Amino acid sequence: MTIPVFEPWNDPEAKPLIQFQNVSKRFGDFTAIDDLTIGIYEKEFFALLGPSGCGKTTMMRMLAGFETPTEGAIFLAGQDMAPVPPNKRATNMMFQSYALFPHLSIWENIAFGLKREAMPKNDISDRVDEMLRLTRLEKFARRKPHQISGGQRQRVALARSLAKKPKLLLLDEPLGALDKKLRQDTQFELMDIQEKTGTTFVIVTHDQEEAMTVASRVAVMDNGKIIQVATPDRIYETPNSVYVADFIGEVNIIDGIATPTGEDRYSIAWKEGQAPLNVTSATAFSDGQKCHLAIRPEKVTINAEEPSGVDNVVQGKILDIAYLGNISTYHVELPSGAVIKAQSANTRRISRRAFTWEYTVWLSWTATAGVLLAT
Amino acid sequence: MRRFTLIAVPYLWLLALFLVPFIIVLKISLSDVALARPPYAPHFDWATGIWAFLSELDFENFVWLSEDDLYWKAYLSSLKIAFVSTVLTLLVGYPMAYAMARAPEEWRATLMMLVILPFWTSFLIRVYAWMGILSNEGFLNQFLLWTGIISEPLTILTPNTAVYIGIVYTYLPFMILPIYAALERLDDSLIEAAEDLGCSRLTAFWLVTIPLSKTGIVAGCFLVFIPVLGEFVIPSLLGGSDTLMIGKVLWEEFFSNRDWPVASAVAVVLLLLLIIPIVLFQRNQQKQQEAEQ
Repeated sequence: MTIPVFEPWNDPEAKPLIQFQNVSKRFGDFTAIDDLTIGIYEKEFFALLGPSGCGKTTMMRMLAGFETPTEGAIFLAGQDMAPVPPNKRATNMMFQSYALFPHLSIWENIAFGLKREAMPKNDISDRVDEMLRLTRLEKFARRKPHQISGGQRQRVALARSLAKKPKLLLLDEPLGALDKKLRQDTQFELMDIQEKTGTTFVIVTHDQEEAMTVASRVAVMDNGKIIQVATPDRIYETPNSVYVADFIGEVNIIDGIATPTGEDRYSIAWKEGQAPLNVTSATAFSDGQKCHLAIRPEKVTINAEEPSGVDNVVQGKILDIAYLGNISTYHVELPSGAVIKAQSANTRRISRRAFTWEYTVWLSWTATAGVLLAT
Repeated sequence: MRRFTLIAVPYLWLLALFLVPFIIVLKISLSDVALARPPYAPHFDWATGIWAFLSELDFENFVWLSEDDLYWKAYLSSLKIAFVSTVLTLLVGYPMAYAMARAPEEWRATLMMLVILPFWTSFLIRVYAWMGILSNEGFLNQFLLWTGIISEPLTILTPNTAVYIGIVYTYLPFMILPIYAALERLDDSLIEAAEDLGCSRLTAFWLVTIPLSKTGIVAGCFLVFIPVLGEFVIPSLLGGSDTLMIGKVLWEEFFSNRDWPVASAVAVVLLLLLIIPIVLFQRNQQKQQEAEQ
C-alpha cells in the first residue's frame, strides 16, 4: 500500500493558495517584514516559527487584513488582497487572547460570523451544532465564556473561526495559554480538525515543539526574514544555518576550518590539540574555508571505554548531567575546554547508570551524523 | 466582635446622617403649619405622651399634593427634563469617552484631566460664563453679526435651552467617566475579531462596543438622571418662570411660603421617586461586579 505523499511544494504544477511577493512592512523606522516571498499551498498546515519580534505576527495580521504591506503584494487564490478589508476576506483568525465576546453565549459566539451573512436561521443552527460537535462543546452551548475553562474557551475560539468555512484559518499562538499536557492533547486535536475540514491552517508560534508536531511545513523567521522553510524533519536534520540549527532543539556547534579529503568528505581542524574531525557534506566547501559543524546531542554516543572503528572520537570528563527522566544529557568537557553535549536514553534505572559526574568518557559520532554549515 | 465594630461605623454614619434626618423630615411632612418657631405643630411633649403626639399627625399634606396640579406637573416636568438631559448628555458624552479611550495611552491621563479640570473653578462662574457667551448680546451673537452670517441677534438662550445647556455641561463628566472606564477595558482584539467574522466597522461598534460598554452607559445615565431630577440651582439660575422643576417648587414652598410641612411632603415624594432609579442603579453595579468575577 502506498500512502499518497502530501507535498505540493515539490510539485512545479501546484499553485500556492497564498503568495507573498516581495512583501515588506515597516512601522516608522522599524522593519517588521523584510522583502519576503513565499507560497503556502492549499490544505497545508503551515507554521511560522520564531522568537518574539521576528515579524511572524505581523505576517499573520497582513493575511487577516489588519495590516497592509508597505511594499509588495499578497495574493489569496490568485487575487490581490491589498484592497480587501478584513470583513470581506475568506480568512478567519483565532486570536491569541481568543477574543470571545463576553456578552454572548458560546452558541452565539460561534453563530456570530454566520449571522453576518444572509444565511437562513436553520442553516446557522445546523452549522453551529456541527461546530459544537466537532469541538465537543455541546454541553456548554448556553454558557458564557467566563463560565468555562481555558481549554474549552480555546475550542470555542477554534469553532468560531472555523464556522464560516474559511479558505484559510490563521492561528495566533493558539495554545499559548494552556498548560503543557492540555497543549499536547490540543495539538493532536488541531491536526485532526485540520484533516477533517481540509482547511489551510497558518499557525504562529514561538514553541518549536508545537510547530514540529502540527505543521506540514515550518518557516523559521528572524528579523523579518524567513531563514528556512522546510518540513519539520528537514528543518531538524538539515538546517541551512547555525541560526536554524540552534533555534530548533539542542545542538553542538563546532567551529573549524574545512579541508577537502575526498568526494563530499572533509577534515575539520578545530580546537588545538584535538584530532581533526571527519565529516561528509553535500554542500561544497573550499580548502581553508571557515565552517560550523552542527551535531545533535542524541547523535553523539557516550562510551565508558574508547571505541574503535568510528569516524570521530574525543575524550573528556563529565561536567554536568541534565536528567530528564526518559533521557539524560551529559555535558562533557574536553581537555581543550570545549563542552560537547551527548544524549542517551535512560534504559537502566538511575542507580545503575554507567556514568556519573567526573567520569572520564569517550564521545563518538559518525561522519554523517552532523551537518556542515557555512553560516 | 471586631467585625461588628468595623461594620458599625458605616451603619452609625448612615443612621446619623441619613435615617435620622429623613425621619425628622417625614415627621414634619405629617405635621400642620403653625405660626410658631419652628413653623409647624405638633411638637413632642413628655407630658401628653407619645399617643397624643402621634394622633395629631396626618397625611393631609400628601393629599394636598395630589389635589393641586402644580405639584404633579412639576414632578412630571422634572422627570421630562431629567430624561431629556440624560439622553443629551449621553449623546455628547459617549463620543468624548470613546475618543478618550481610543486616544494613545500617553494622552489619556491628560484628556481625563481636561474633563475634570472645570470642576476646579466655581460652578456658578462657569454657568454665568455660558450665559455671557450665549445671551442675545453675547460673544457668539456678536461674532456671528461681525462675520455677517446673521443680521439680527439670535435668541439662543430661551430659558429651556439654557437649562438644558447648563445641565448637560455640568453633568457631562458624570457621564464620560463611567463610559470611559468601560471602554478603556475593552480589548481591541474583540473589535478585530468582529471584523474578521464579517462585521463592518459600524456593525462591530453596534454589536460589540455598545453592548460591552452598557454597564458604563447605564451607570452614567443614572449618575446624571438621579441628581438632575432634584436639581435646583441650574433651573433657578438659567431657567425662566415657566421652567417648572420640583427642586424649585420645593425651595419656594420652604423659603417663600414658609410652609415647611408641604415642602417636606414634596421632599418625601421626591425621595420615593428617586428610590426606583437608585435601586436599578445598584442592581446594574452589582451585575457588573458579578460579570467581572
